[in-house]
Amino acid sequence: MKKLLILGAGTAGTMVANRLSRMLEDGEWKITVVDQSETHYYQPGFLFIPFGIYKKHDVVKPRRDFIPPGVELIISPVEMIETERNRVRLAKDGRYLDYDFLVIATGAHIRPDQTPGMAEHEWRRSIHDFYTLEGALALARYLRTWPGGRLVVNVVDNPIKCPVAPLEFLMLADWFFRERGMRDRVELIYATPLSGAFTKPIASKLLSGLLEEKGIQVVPDFMIERVEPDAKKIISYDEQEVAYDLLVSVPLNMGDEVVARSGLGDVLNYVPVDKHTFVSPTYPNVFALGDAAAVPTSKAGSVAHFAVECFAENFVHYTDGLEMPHKFDGHANCFIESGFGKGLLIDFNYDVEPLPGRYPLPGVGPFTLLEESEANHWGKLLFRWMYWHLLLKGKELPLPALMSMAGKQRLN
Amino acid sequence: MTTRVISGKTVQVNEEGFLLSPDEWTKEIAIEIAKEEGIPELTPQHWKVIEWCRQNAVNGRSPTLRQITAGTGISTKEMFALFPKGPAKKVAHIAGLGKPEGCV
Repeated sequence: MKKLLILGAGTAGTMVANRLSRMLEDGEWKITVVDQSETHYYQPGFLFIPFGIYKKHDVVKPRRDFIPPGVELIISPVEMIETERNRVRLAKDGRYLDYDFLVIATGAHIRPDQTPGMAEHEWRRSIHDFYTLEGALALARYLRTWPGGRLVVNVVDNPIKCPVAPLEFLMLADWFFRERGMRDRVELIYATPLSGAFTKPIASKLLSGLLEEKGIQVVPDFMIERVEPDAKKIISYDEQEVAYDLLVSVPLNMGDEVVARSGLGDVLNYVPVDKHTFVSPTYPNVFALGDAAAVPTSKAGSVAHFAVECFAENFVHYTDGLEMPHKFDGHANCFIESGFGKGLLIDFNYDVEPLPGRYPLPGVGPFTLLEESEANHWGKLLFRWMYWHLLLKGKELPLPALMSMAGKQRLN
Repeated sequence: MTTRVISGKTVQVNEEGFLLSPDEWTKEIAIEIAKEEGIPELTPQHWKVIEWCRQNAVNGRSPTLRQITAGTGISTKEMFALFPKGPAKKVAHIAGLGKPEGCV
């Protein structure tokens, strides 16, 4: 019996388990999934928690509910991936798991400890995050009684999970403070290490007015070196200072420490793999999927979903010694909340930047691309249901895995 | 898409003046773009960074600042001294590579 071992039961790992348990021959394969905790988080929902739109129960469910029958789930941290010996050592009982094929789907995590001054006495007081459930809940509590002032959102460095989330946070904050009748007492500032809030030419052209309309100031080229938690300011490597009353940080994102410990990571602990097939260039029986992979696409659930669809079919061929039929194109599809019950949609891949137009979807679409609409907001909220009921379970969705140009307008 | 002549060579550039094809890059072009970026002279330290970035570019896209500092051993502070204000973007421009981008 051949053994497939999946590390991580998040979005990517769970989808791999579901897809492959259906696609691989019964009796020929044993599939095992390892994760360090029992709880599955709907991470895209964290964004809504600070503003009271979602509660904790909207974003958590037991991991076991999504692991199909016949697949073993082991709850334990992983100590070491021993690729030379095709085995993994678990923290629990020092147990070893052998594998014929390994999928690393251990995700990315925020690391406030990597920025001096951040994770100290003001952490979760005047410095918050919304990339963890605890952080989002703490921020929700804080905002309920915050009297107003300078709210600074700072991205420490890229890549980050869900790259549009900081902008969505600011646009939702604008809406939230307006609804509470205190927008005039709040300054919204976005300090980004990139050259602007939008960096792709067409998106910049179409969307830069959006932030201006909402009174969101952008501080570009701000590469944070440290936080001064008592003086309440962030300082960049070239000594620019931005003062805040409330700092909402998107701390440095890094891959899991087990990747680093096992000598499999790049400078940010992401696993280098082929961007079309996710196979390791060093170990032909090792793959990395989802946020754990060092590939030049967005770290997002939609990408993991499209990637897993390509990967699963490829894997069935690959393990039979056949050529892999699909080349993943970096397809991403993300709703962007813009506040006031509206949203935008972007759909792009490695080669095609987000374009305007219409995104066709049988039954509910079309959605407007790079343009605000109420349908996009409902699409984003509907997506949570789809995530729990269809996507994680690896069921067919009416969304093409590879990007399609249907409905898109080519500018230039 | 437009073309421009930099130090006697015609190259394709995007709206912000970044080279579209890293293969069209020459050292003379680098010197010229560096001047436009406010760096009058490229020192051996500058060249070390530029060459490392060109060797480690993936699909013509420049490495991130964190990758550059880890790969070259040059600190972030020093990178800001060498390429003031947005070193990752400046190096990409001078090295004929794509600038660091977000998804929108």
